[in-house]
Amino acid sequence: MQTTFYIAGAVAILSTIMVITRFNIIHALLYLVVSFMALSVVFFILGAPFAAALEIIIYAGAIVVLIIFVIMMLNLKAEAIEQEKKWLTPEVYVGPGVLSIILLAELIYIISMGDPGAPSKVIDVKDVGKSLYGEYILGVELSGMLLMAGIIGAYHLGRQKKKVVHRFLEKIEE
Amino acid sequence: MNEIQITGGLLLAGILFTLGLVGVLIRRNIIFMLVCVEIMLNAAGLAFIVAGSKWAQPDGQVMFIFILTMAAAEVSVGLALILQIHHQLKTLDGDAANTMKG
Repeated sequence: MQTTFYIAGAVAILSTIMVITRFNIIHALLYLVVSFMALSVVFFILGAPFAAALEIIIYAGAIVVLIIFVIMMLNLKAEAIEQEKKWLTPEVYVGPGVLSIILLAELIYIISMGDPGAPSKVIDVKDVGKSLYGEYILGVELSGMLLMAGIIGAYHLGRQKKKVVHRFLEKIEE
Repeated sequence: MNEIQITGGLLLAGILFTLGLVGVLIRRNIIFMLVCVEIMLNAAGLAFIVAGSKWAQPDGQVMFIFILTMAAAEVSVGLALILQIHHQLKTLDGDAANTMKG
């Protein structure tokens, strides 16, 4: 169990590094799916099987597929990869990278100082459901409203300009 | 054994969050920035799961479900914005969208 935890964590870290350094968006998204699946293994080991299932279904399933659909709609060509290569030069990533690594080192120091206490047990779907629809019912309703606002916002923002009456009369731009 | 796992889980969440932060800072492509925000949200969810596992309470997973909901709403609005930026400016450069008009 211990070894699986460390292997899954290492796979998650490595694939996340690959995500932020790829030039091609599709390659990055494939590594992102691998990273989410490794994290799902971590959730399972930590005693949260329901969260592990949700991680695969919603993150690796829905969200990544949504991003892939948008990339298909954008119709990016080979020049996009070349442009990406031009944008990601060492002088861009050295400064923020070093500063973030300093913050990470502090975080690791603080976490490794403390003593984690009580032992863990498996929390299954029944506990989560009882808690979700018992004490957290207000949160469930609020997230329903949030999703509704998300749908309306995405529709409103993603709408294109209205086309003219007939396609032969359409003005050709550019 | 469990204590090592909890420390390791928190460390993993911290490392993944930092990687997502580095990604947001260094990339200029807005799709990559959105993906890195997803990585950061996922790392925050991992921290909640670890905390719930430490105290043997379902609250951590409930918060993870809320984070998941928020991430789904955020990515749909963000992708709609990316489509609009690509449509208006014909580029995916985040710096190109430095003027906000209509």
